[in-house]
Amino acid sequence: MPRMTMIEAVRSAMDVSMERDDDVVVFGEDVGYFGGVFRCTQGLQAKYGKTRCFDTPINESGIVGAAIGMAAYGLKPCVEVQFADYMYPAYDQLTQEAARIRYRSNGDFTCPIVVRMPTGGGIFGGQTHSQSPEALFTHVCGLKVIVPSNPYDAKGLLTAAIADPDPVIFLEPKRLYNGPFDGHHERPVTPWSKHALGEVPADYYTIPIGKAEIRRSGSAVTIIAYGTMVHVALAAAEDTGIDAEVIDLRSLLPLDLETIVASVSRTGRCVVVHEATLTSGYGAEIVSLIQEHCFYHLEAPIMRVAGWDTPYPHAQEWDYFPGPARVGRALTEVMEA
Amino acid sequence: MVESTHLSLHVPEPAVRPGGQPDFSNVKIARAGTVPRPEVDAAPEDIRDLAYSIIRVLNRDGEAVGPWAGLLSDDDLLSGLRNMMRLRAFDTRMLMAQRQGKTSFYMQHLGEEAVSSAFRKALQKGDMNFPTYRQAGLLIADDYPMVEMMNQIYSNEADPLRGRQLPIMYSSKDHGFFTISGNLATQYVQAVGWAMASAIKNDSRIAAAWIGDGSTAESDFHSALVFASTYRAPVVLNVVNNQWAISTFQGIARGGSGTFAARGLGFGIPALRVDGNDYLAVYAVARWAAERARRNLGPTLIEYVTYRVGAHSTSDDPSAYRPKTESEAWPLGDPVLRLKKHLIVRGAWSEERHVQAEAEIMDEVISAQRQAEEHGTLHDGGKPSVRDIFEGVYAEMPPHLRRQRQKAGY
Repeated sequence: MPRMTMIEAVRSAMDVSMERDDDVVVFGEDVGYFGGVFRCTQGLQAKYGKTRCFDTPINESGIVGAAIGMAAYGLKPCVEVQFADYMYPAYDQLTQEAARIRYRSNGDFTCPIVVRMPTGGGIFGGQTHSQSPEALFTHVCGLKVIVPSNPYDAKGLLTAAIADPDPVIFLEPKRLYNGPFDGHHERPVTPWSKHALGEVPADYYTIPIGKAEIRRSGSAVTIIAYGTMVHVALAAAEDTGIDAEVIDLRSLLPLDLETIVASVSRTGRCVVVHEATLTSGYGAEIVSLIQEHCFYHLEAPIMRVAGWDTPYPHAQEWDYFPGPARVGRALTEVMEA
Repeated sequence: MVESTHLSLHVPEPAVRPGGQPDFSNVKIARAGTVPRPEVDAAPEDIRDLAYSIIRVLNRDGEAVGPWAGLLSDDDLLSGLRNMMRLRAFDTRMLMAQRQGKTSFYMQHLGEEAVSSAFRKALQKGDMNFPTYRQAGLLIADDYPMVEMMNQIYSNEADPLRGRQLPIMYSSKDHGFFTISGNLATQYVQAVGWAMASAIKNDSRIAAAWIGDGSTAESDFHSALVFASTYRAPVVLNVVNNQWAISTFQGIARGGSGTFAARGLGFGIPALRVDGNDYLAVYAVARWAAERARRNLGPTLIEYVTYRVGAHSTSDDPSAYRPKTESEAWPLGDPVLRLKKHLIVRGAWSEERHVQAEAEIMDEVISAQRQAEEHGTLHDGGKPSVRDIFEGVYAEMPPHLRRQRQKAGY
């Protein structure tokens, strides 16, 4: 089976989707001739022509607004916002338009678009190239929100997102593009080619949206994470020796509540981890659902490990990033409670 | 040393406020028939003047004159008049229904009927409009059933949108009418995207974008013009300048630019300014722009100069910000009366037939209204189901919504 980086997997997802469906079009800033600043669309223009993969003006509301119009026509646009931090000009189009077109027209018009955005920090990107705005999307009814943690999922979830009849926000943790970064920034990252989940079928396949995956089975505590934090959580479990179960959510909306409830009901302890800022973050929703559904199984308060409630700093990146040491401390605390 | 002065902020003001004498002496109006009609493949830079003039066909005597005249037959014009009258009668009844508490909200077209009615005539089946809240003439002129519009306005059990949308935010794909948002300007760039899709698929259908003078200040207007210009999208970019954005006069959005049409020039988009109260002129210009789009020559920006005679909506009171008699002083007159006069001059119409048509049309509207009210009004009779709140958020209802629907008891 071919081995792919997450960049190659994302590219392959668009490639096989464009190959099987002429209505799939790809566009965004620098995505055409050059193939994107992260090279996710490299080669697509050469293969499918300029009218199916092209560069756009630097105008995110235009990119998403045009995609909405194309979807109303009957195309399936898969567009790139260069960094999740750049999506704010498109927020109106996403939240009040894309998300509601099916509802407000009672299905007369629909909006099958995918908006891909590199997300998260760990690349010394400072406050405008590091953000994790997923909670700004999970709060919007009508959107679906996906955050993959490895190449295999990235391809299968992106093909599923492109085929999905509703708008999907596809957040790509850019720190994972080249390998399963676990937060140990002082060590080199193992490339995806040496990782089981770097094995990606060349052909078309999909992974159902809304299904979580257990990455590590354990009985002492459940760690709920997504994206980069899945690998941080795995490292924290190894570093502390605590028998943690690690759930990779993959899809934040819709959410696989069943898998969460089954695990936490068994372990009685839970740590929720995300890189995004703490207050009103997506972790708050998870914690709330767990107390609603697992209250009588809980042995300890549920903990959250998240980015501090500050803008993403530049020089102090590793003091900001919720790495394995912080997750490990939370695990120890939850076990001692 | 550069000389400096104390800076001061310029805040534009309309010429007159309530209590003052209406004054449109600053509105420069070309005489009917005097603006040239270029070929549709004219280079944008050769027709820049059209963004600063006003294309008009009907003169004061009700005659159709000049190079933009002569496109419509008696029958076309009679049906145009009829559609404008139907829209006006529809507005009258629905405004009254709102006052009677049968719905929460309404927006009328008084004075602007020619714009959407005549534009619709320049489109073909399959073309798509991305309208604002004041283009119901597109539906009426395409014979969309009035009773369906009323069901939507009443949010009753037969409402095609199941009670989810504010009154008048219609949607009809079959009639080339994209779902109205109620949000401003977002649809403008969506129209460009739809047109780009049509071009990507080598289709022959075109799109039409709609926006008001006030909303041209939104960044999505700029987004739309950039995209339309870059990709030469087959789209007609309509700006309806009805002078007022709720209480804000058009000078606040226009700024130092001479006209709204001129906004297109910097993008290399041909821009035309037209008498929005002249059915023949609106049709002629719309047809010119539609032909350009259909011949793959790209986008056209059209500014319709008109006047919002009524309030912005049923929640607005214009007497608080403009003279009560301002609409009577509006120099471009009333679109229905002007077309009526023209048809009489042509010998195709008479005062008697007009009175008779008014009565027939009112009967048509009242009968549709009666039919709609059998299905209920906002607070009385048949209603959409509570179940409809939860349906249609997604193609397939996700588990969390199913749980919430069950909690609501459905």
